[in-house]
Amino acid sequence: MRVQALGDPTRMAIFERLADAGRPLAVVDIAQGLAVTRPAVSQHLKVLKLAGLVIDQPAANRRLYQIEPQSLAELRDYFDRFWRDSLLAFKQAAESPEEPS
Amino acid sequence: MNATDSLIAPVRHALVVEVPRERAFDVFTKGIDRWWFRDHHIGKQPLQQVVMEPRTGGRLYERGVDGSECDWGRVLTWDPPSSVRVSWQINGEWQFEPDPSRCSEFEVRFFAESPTRTRVEFEHRGFERHGAAGQAIHDAVTGGWGALLAAFATATGPVREAQA
Repeated sequence: MRVQALGDPTRMAIFERLADAGRPLAVVDIAQGLAVTRPAVSQHLKVLKLAGLVIDQPAANRRLYQIEPQSLAELRDYFDRFWRDSLLAFKQAAESPEEPS
Repeated sequence: MNATDSLIAPVRHALVVEVPRERAFDVFTKGIDRWWFRDHHIGKQPLQQVVMEPRTGGRLYERGVDGSECDWGRVLTWDPPSSVRVSWQINGEWQFEPDPSRCSEFEVRFFAESPTRTRVEFEHRGFERHGAAGQAIHDAVTGGWGALLAAFATATGPVREAQA
């Protein structure tokens, strides 16, 4: 089965909206401007939460949602370290006298 | 360019190497086997050699000690000695991902600061594209970036029980 390359566009839009906001948002705020119902937004948020990409907290009589800050940071950090170390090895190889193979 | 490309900030590094630009380019590309960490590979066999084919469309791949080959990506832009751009076609299961639209890429640019000194600017971008690679990887990975990609794939994939 072929999975659509960008996955579910609504869920992607929700995730982007939370990422852009940089602060906790209520379902009503997230749904604003999206062509989906609030229950549908809630369903997508549930999936995002289960995947560990979004966290929520109670506030008064509703819940606020935000990006799990660690989820994407760890992925990026892995490659940050990986390339930093690799580029130092590259520098040593370039500056050492042997010819490139 | 997808709207999602900026979800994860690119990894950027810059460094200066005390060699001419042509040499810096050659060591990074044709000489990649000289500096690549031997434990950073995805093939089942121990790593024998890392190869970047020196042309646009060329393969970036590893060769195991038994001669088996395992692709990592493709050279998207080959522009010596200025720059090289390569797709990073390794999915969350540490396997080759044939669809480049589901892959990130890195670009290295070389600037001559003097005849014997080169500034190297590195950028690896588009990590979020890996996230749409499918849900089947979720149970298969156990750690590292694979677990995070799997989580992202689950979160960005369609609502259904997809099998890869």
